[in-house]
Amino acid sequence: MKIVVLVKHVPDAQFDRHLSGPGNTVDRSESILSELDEYALEAALQLSEARGGEKGGNSVIALTMGPDGAANSIKKSLQIGAGEGYHLSDAALAGSDAAATSLALSAALNRIAQDGPIDLVIGGMASTDGETSLVPAQLAERLGWAYLGHAKSVDVDGDSVTVNREVDGHAEILQASLPAVVSVTDQINEPRYPNFKGIIAAKRKKTHPLSLSEVGLDASAVGTQGSLTVLDEAQERPARTQGTIITDEGDAGIKLVEFLAAEKLI
Amino acid sequence: MTDYGLSEEYQDLSDTVRDFADQVVAPVSQKHDEEHSFPYEVVQGMAELGLFGLPFPEEYGGMGGDYFALALALEQLGRVDQSVAITLEAGVSLGAMPVHRFGTDAQKEEWLPSLASGQALAGFGLTESEAGSDAGGTKTKAVLQDGQWIINGSKEFITNSGTDITRLVTVTAVTGTTERPDGTVKKEISTILVPTDTPGFRAEKAYNKVGWNASDTHPLSLKDVHVPEENLLGVRGRGYANFLSILDEGRIAIAALGTGAAQGCVDSAVRYAKERHAFGNMIGKYQAIQFKIARMQARAHTARLAYYDAAARMLAGKPFKSQAAIAKMVAGEAAMDNARDATQVFGGYGFINEFSVARHYRDSKILEIGEGTTEVQLMLIARELGL
Ligand SMILES: Cc1cc2nc3c(=O)[nH]c(=O)nc-3n(C[C@H](O)[C@H](O)[C@H](O)COP(=O)(O)OP(=O)(O)OC[C@H]3O[C@@H](n4cnc5c(N)ncnc54)[C@H](O)[C@@H]3O)c2cc1C
Repeated sequence: MKIVVLVKHVPDAQFDRHLSGPGNTVDRSESILSELDEYALEAALQLSEARGGEKGGNSVIALTMGPDGAANSIKKSLQIGAGEGYHLSDAALAGSDAAATSLALSAALNRIAQDGPIDLVIGGMASTDGETSLVPAQLAERLGWAYLGHAKSVDVDGDSVTVNREVDGHAEILQASLPAVVSVTDQINEPRYPNFKGIIAAKRKKTHPLSLSEVGLDASAVGTQGSLTVLDEAQERPARTQGTIITDEGDAGIKLVEFLAAEKLI
Repeated sequence: MTDYGLSEEYQDLSDTVRDFADQVVAPVSQKHDEEHSFPYEVVQGMAELGLFGLPFPEEYGGMGGDYFALALALEQLGRVDQSVAITLEAGVSLGAMPVHRFGTDAQKEEWLPSLASGQALAGFGLTESEAGSDAGGTKTKAVLQDGQWIINGSKEFITNSGTDITRLVTVTAVTGTTERPDGTVKKEISTILVPTDTPGFRAEKAYNKVGWNASDTHPLSLKDVHVPEENLLGVRGRGYANFLSILDEGRIAIAALGTGAAQGCVDSAVRYAKERHAFGNMIGKYQAIQFKIARMQARAHTARLAYYDAAARMLAGKPFKSQAAIAKMVAGEAAMDNARDATQVFGGYGFINEFSVARHYRDSKILEIGEGTTEVQLMLIARELGL
């Protein structure tokens, strides 16, 4: 089975995040592999390992679209256990919205499929920066494959994939034939950390750089030009103001309750 | 001139362990400290990360890394939780390493896979009630009879000796005496592998310690413990020399742990000095606090350079005894001094156990005692100077 995992290089939520430049894009200087994509990678590795891993003819490929720094997210994926990586990078991609991103990724997937058909594409439930959750669904549409979103479990049997998704208190079991696109939630598994052997092994694994022309796309189809939405304006969150301080003059309890009631918190 | 920048693999390993320490270890540190409970789930996590196998070859289930990789991991863990770090340090450098260094192929095949994978823990039993710094005082005896060692004696303060996953303790014992040319008698000390399920071996009630509460430490009693003759580790009578060399390496590991602790105190103090206000300013604006923290940073930095240097020499096959002793001493003192200063920066909160600096305050003292006291390090350094 050949599984491609979509991984995104996102700003580290541990640090303050800033918007900069034209299109108000996020400053990516302190960036990491999106935490939510680690669940997708883990799901792919578990599916592969259950079938005997690489020796059993399975492959897990990490695909990212992003600037040079995104190579780090591929590296991390390879350290964790992906077998090879593809890095789609081109200046013209900057400012791509979900629609342009899914177009670029679908072109990259078609290019990857030239070396052998892809069975499954797995992504996270959202990116921790853009948070649209649109890309996997759009990707499925562009490829003409089934989309099974926000899966809490994923299993493959023969040429069909089954997922369990929890929606508003009830569970849905969805099944589709392969190839398909699945997005997984952060409930699906406990992602592993890379170990030292993985870190060393990653140095011998291949990352294939891809340019727009190599995936057969024109610069005008992507980036701000090819996007359906453009971020005109963005504002940083206003600095937090000091909260309300209630000084106890014997009536703090009453004041507290009044405050909570006024804010409709009780 | 050596450049102490880390190569990519070392840096990536260090970053990975840092994330693990922050995300997996830190959230449960206070609970295990308060409950004096052994952090089995954290040990399992470290096992999955491959940390117990870092310096061992892949053929025995190791990661094929080296001692410096282990030291880097210990620094990152020591920053957050010294109990967890010492569990790894003792498990690898005192528990498994003697088997790797001095074991026969059969001994390595029997023990290393489970130890390197972190599925089992081993302890190293050297210290006795009358043999600490002066291990020559060892009284535990092993007599060879009909192909079996019969061991009698007791040990004190043995780390990792009584957990649910402890399978082995390597003990030092007197196996005979030799006469020196001048007619005086010298004890022959050897090391013997004792599986913990051997009848007569017992880990007694755990100590109630000042710190390292989540680390497992017991007195051991050995009463007519019978193990096969093949359980002798290394050459008979070389036990003393063997554990001295194990302790030399171990000092680099302990120094890395102490460096981490010292750094953890700096990081906490910097954060707190920016948050806490007094007399109309954040306290970090006052030079008295700045200088205190600057000095802490200098200690952590010095300790790190000292252990990097000792490790570099060791990996290059150069003599490193003195450098390892210096690193161990400097790092232990850096941890203790920084813990005291960080507690001061935290004011009253520094004396409350919920805060990690308070835990470092209790935990760091042992770094000036265990695996050779500061005085013993000074003796070693002086000896290397020919004094
Ligand atoms: C939490 C913990 C975990 C431990 N884990 C282990 C373990 O896993 N395995 C193990 O074998 N041991 C272990 N130990 C024991 C530890 O290594 C010893 O406690 C340490 O080596 C000191 O020995 P001692 O306690 O007998 O002190 P002593 O040797 O009695 O020393 C008492 C004091 O005298 C000083 N002193 C001694 N000789 C001299 C001298 N010639 N000149 C100047 N000063 C001197 C010492 O520096 C010290 O200050 C552990 C101890 C603790 C507390």
